[in-house]
Amino acid sequence: MTRWLLFIPLAVTLAMGVLFWIGLGKEDKDALPSPLVGQPFPSFEAKALLSGEAISAASLPAKPMLVNVWATWCPTCKAEHAFLNQLAKQGITIVGINYKDDDAKAREWLKAYGDPYDFNISDPDGKLGLELGVYGAPETFLVDSQGTIRGKHIGDLNTRVWQKLQPQFEAMK
Amino acid sequence: MMQRLCWLALLWLPLTALAVVDGHKYPFDDAEKAERFRQLAEDLRCPKCQNQNLADSNAPVAVDLRDKVYELLQEDQSDEQIVDYLVARYGDFVRYNPPFRLDTLLLWIGPLLAMLFGIGLLVLIRRGQNAAPKPLTDAEKAQLEQLKKANRS
Repeated sequence: MTRWLLFIPLAVTLAMGVLFWIGLGKEDKDALPSPLVGQPFPSFEAKALLSGEAISAASLPAKPMLVNVWATWCPTCKAEHAFLNQLAKQGITIVGINYKDDDAKAREWLKAYGDPYDFNISDPDGKLGLELGVYGAPETFLVDSQGTIRGKHIGDLNTRVWQKLQPQFEAMK
Repeated sequence: MMQRLCWLALLWLPLTALAVVDGHKYPFDDAEKAERFRQLAEDLRCPKCQNQNLADSNAPVAVDLRDKVYELLQEDQSDEQIVDYLVARYGDFVRYNPPFRLDTLLLWIGPLLAMLFGIGLLVLIRRGQNAAPKPLTDAEKAQLEQLKKANRS
């Protein structure tokens, strides 16, 4: 009897159910993989937020660093700011990209909440953000001493996230 | 004076085309480009809102990407170059139309496989139903006769 064949659709449906269950239950399902990982940091022309001097990809420090995209309009950026201060105190180099923001507001923010950044790139129209495939803030790139992007984290940095990122960051040294 | 201005405006009409996407106006110098812009805005996906294309979404990043697509179109880039530009930065995710590759194979032929599977199953089941009934065995024949007799009496 071929009656068992009738159970195949049920089995297929259950298998799909399991797949969807896994897919939908994934943490960070909004995080898109970046095609820029393994690529050099894109070239750009911009101004430093504080000093106003011209800045390009060549201005990036020649050591492993975090490049953190932030803005004063972004509540999550405020949530992660204290943790960035903490990382900076530990001696980790952080370069900021002030993304689609108002320079004056950004300077005030740094004065009020502390400045964990080596320097900030002012990106008021999001041009550099677009080159980096940024689609929200905060986003953080791991960049090695040669200026190659080694990783990307979407969302805020905190102790739990850093536990995952730190080994990768240490490995870049 | 007014009339002249109106005539001038009318003369200008066929020379420009305007693509209106999500309330934003993008002027083009030819209609073919405006149409391509509309098509691209529909085929490209907003990376922030995930289930909307660039034309539908009013997320800031979608606006930026639309502006970029417009800019690249004005630079006479081909549709392919524009899509490649965005894919290089945002990944294949920005395409509603995924490329045909080994890792996207299931995406492309999955529905076909599912359909073939369904048809196959249907055929098997129908065949089972249409099979000619097996001739009765002697014992069954005898039983049938007996039932008939019992029914008559």
